[in-house]
Amino acid sequence: MKPASHFWAGVRAELPLLVGVFPFGLIYGALAVNAGIAPAAAQAMSSIVFAGSSQFAFAQLARENAPALVIVLTIAVVNLRHMLYSASLAPYLHELSMRWKILLSYLMTDEAYAVAILHYEKVGGTGHAHYYFFGAGLALWSTWQIASGLGIWLGAALPADWPLDFALPLTFIAMIVPALKSRPAWMAALCAGFVALSAQALPYQLGLILAALIGIAVGTMLEARSAQTSDLREKREEK
Amino acid sequence: MTVWLILLLGGLITFGLRFSFVYLLGRLEIPSAMRRALHYVPPAVLSAIIVPELFLHNNVLDASLDNTRLLAGIAAILVAAWTKNSLLTILTGMAALFLLQFIGAR
Repeated sequence: MKPASHFWAGVRAELPLLVGVFPFGLIYGALAVNAGIAPAAAQAMSSIVFAGSSQFAFAQLARENAPALVIVLTIAVVNLRHMLYSASLAPYLHELSMRWKILLSYLMTDEAYAVAILHYEKVGGTGHAHYYFFGAGLALWSTWQIASGLGIWLGAALPADWPLDFALPLTFIAMIVPALKSRPAWMAALCAGFVALSAQALPYQLGLILAALIGIAVGTMLEARSAQTSDLREKREEK
Repeated sequence: MTVWLILLLGGLITFGLRFSFVYLLGRLEIPSAMRRALHYVPPAVLSAIIVPELFLHNNVLDASLDNTRLLAGIAAILVAAWTKNSLLTILTGMAALFLLQFIGAR
């Protein structure tokens, strides 16, 4: 297959996901200008940071006038999961030139990762497979830029007294609730929520960072403990 | 100007995270403890943002039935758990909030 046909196959594989991404982009754009962020900055966020949930967190914190350091820290924590994607895709990108590695890393979003890794697991990292990843990533990139631009434009036209900011926690609920598949994940979410609520009086919104760290610690410890008990059970059954 | 600084730093960090292991492969392995911990980043962070949004009204805890955002949020959580459809979740939550505010205003 030629590079171009790999590219278009990637674009086609990404299409169904774009249906879900488009409204998120619209909501982000509208929320960002609603939070008082300049339209140019809101759009630049979509192309420079290019990571949906961290952009929503950015809009939320900007609305609350959080200090810059806390906003940057939050963006970093929300985007930590990309390291997982990086680690999982790395073996397939190993042979590529540095230019390709940089380009594909920039395009590494949740949705592009989901499509690319499935393809790589099927065909491996040889030949022109990276054009597939590039097609999927570029399709998502263009959609995200257009959708957030449209949202920025529409957001300025919406009445100011509409409770539009509520779309933000709703977006996060839509992202995270379906992903809570195990008890440690539920407990991580519940503990983080509880700590965030109790620690909200802390200055500079540090409660958010504290809550996230405690949630992550609780999830990790519970997972380690349940792995231990199942090990014990297996040993007992062996006897 | 601060917003552009946030943008630049946020962008650099995000790219760094995405590029990290693509660049380092062969030089460094991702420790398994860290790999496990990374799985809990999304539920912890997102929940830490959601919960205060639902329970706090003007920075004061409000767990009463008058808290329209809490009720609408619970409706959205139920729809999300049940349907796993993100658009439907957002629409339900928004519709519930509009409806509850409309009833409350009467």
